[in-house]
Amino acid sequence: MAWFRKDKQPLKAQDRRDLPADVFDKCDGCGEILYREKLSQNLNVCPHCGHHFGIGAQDYIDILLDAGSFREMDAGMRSGDPLEFRDLKPYTDRIAAAEAKGRNEAVRSGVGTLDGIEVALAVMDFGFVGGSMGSVVGEKIARAGRAALERGIPFLIVTASGGARMQEGIYSLMQMAKTSALLARLHEAGLPFVSILTNPTTGGVTASFAMLGDVNLAEPGALIGFAGPRVIEETIRQELPRGFQRAEFLLEHGMVDQVVDRRVLKSTVARFLRHTFAGWRPES
Amino acid sequence: MATVPHLDFERDIVDLQTQIDQLLGLADRKGIDVSQELDVLRGKLQTLKEDTYRNLTPMEQVQVARHPSRPYALDYVQRVFTDWMELHGDRAYRDDEAIVGGWARLGDQTVMLIGQQKGRDMKENLRRNFGMPHPEGYRKALRLMRQAEKFGRPVITLIDTPGAYPGIGSEERGIAEAIAFNLREMARLRVPLVSVVIGEGMSGGALGLGVTDRIIMMEHSIYSVISPEGCAAILWRSAEHREKAATALRLTSKDLLSLGVCDRVIPEPVGGAHSDWDETARTVKTALVEIIAELSALSHEDLLTQRWAKYDSMGAWKESDGSTGS
Repeated sequence: MAWFRKDKQPLKAQDRRDLPADVFDKCDGCGEILYREKLSQNLNVCPHCGHHFGIGAQDYIDILLDAGSFREMDAGMRSGDPLEFRDLKPYTDRIAAAEAKGRNEAVRSGVGTLDGIEVALAVMDFGFVGGSMGSVVGEKIARAGRAALERGIPFLIVTASGGARMQEGIYSLMQMAKTSALLARLHEAGLPFVSILTNPTTGGVTASFAMLGDVNLAEPGALIGFAGPRVIEETIRQELPRGFQRAEFLLEHGMVDQVVDRRVLKSTVARFLRHTFAGWRPES
Repeated sequence: MATVPHLDFERDIVDLQTQIDQLLGLADRKGIDVSQELDVLRGKLQTLKEDTYRNLTPMEQVQVARHPSRPYALDYVQRVFTDWMELHGDRAYRDDEAIVGGWARLGDQTVMLIGQQKGRDMKENLRRNFGMPHPEGYRKALRLMRQAEKFGRPVITLIDTPGAYPGIGSEERGIAEAIAFNLREMARLRVPLVSVVIGEGMSGGALGLGVTDRIIMMEHSIYSVISPEGCAAILWRSAEHREKAATALRLTSKDLLSLGVCDRVIPEPVGGAHSDWDETARTVKTALVEIIAELSALSHEDLLTQRWAKYDSMGAWKESDGSTGS
């Protein structure tokens, strides 16, 4: 019975499977290893569990607008430093660091066509100082809204934001008023406004334009709220229920119209615009 | 008024006030003439108050704005207005007592008055949630503003809140939506709107009553995107740095006036609004009568055009060509 005494190889920790960062991604939702090119073809939605990966402003422009139709506005607008704000670092350093990453403020805006319908579009970029709203974000959104108003076309905003840009003090708070006042004019003009909420959308952005859509469409699983979960936990000193402030929770509580899979986002917006927008005529 | 100093820098003021009171008591009991000594002490007190209140640091301004003896919304209601008729409820969920509202007369003019209301003691604070409104508070406010529009009356809001309440119910019932909706609807209301920051105007919770034709601030009130404590906790990683944050945020009435956000600062009596409620109320009344008369002269169209232009210009940025906008 020699095989009983066969030396056991001690379990050896296998080298971690080396995943070339540019080829594979691991799904945060189900842990599945995904081929990045496939994932990207699937609009960065996990084909196994439907988890929506965070994507950038350009991705949303590509997803929503007809190819090549986007004409960007105010691409060179930059933050000032009206308060000469300095915390552990000067505000200007934080902006410079964000700009050095090749990013262009926390929102991009312009006009283009969606299924042939001309629209004004603003897309926030969480990668730029947490998508925080300062004067540039407010002004670019207001100008895109004004373009919609002047052209008589629908307005779409894709939101992603940690809230107000504290370093701009009261000006950042007033961007909530500025953007909402513009939406008041759009509302009076009878033009559709579609708010698309992505992960995460919190603070002053939620408490202004993000919640003011004729339709509010949220991506699955997106965190959406006014106060951040940590602030709430600290205030009420209890653990928050599972799924609190997620898109599905907001749907259940009547704050968003639909939770929409990114893969049908464009067609959903198009359907809404056809139902509501008088300027659209079916192609013959 | 206050016999126990609430703030460190008030100690000398309160001590001197106590001396004066004691002297008065002594004079009363013994029937002696102390008028000369009194004059000296009163002169000293006045100088001390002036010096102290002229040189407040931003964080001290914050403390004055939050002073527990400061007049709150209903204290102004009693002193500035007459014929107060409070109206309750949002018609959807409940009555939020962190916001009070109703009809009142300002001189010979009827106005809709809406204010955030803090409690004077613990019992009242529990009822009023320390002046932190829930969504139904903002919805009640909008209901009343629309009623004002229906009857063509101006709206005055009194802002005094540490912020909208961050809680589970608040989020479930859509605090963000309630504030957002007020911002949009206030921007298109066809009556004059005036907001007065009477204490602390913190963040979106304050702005939810604040999209108005005129933004007025009491001299020692503050208006900010975030509390100094909250800002310090995030940017300095500890609330202990609140003094630095209070300075950096530029949240005093003087700051907001120079930043072009606040239209007018109403001066407070020497020693702050809490030292003399009646005197404070008289100044507020004079200012409000003037502002309401000025706005009432405008047509609806001009009112909205000017309101929109006001908010369009808020902020500071650099254009693509390097020029600055605001």
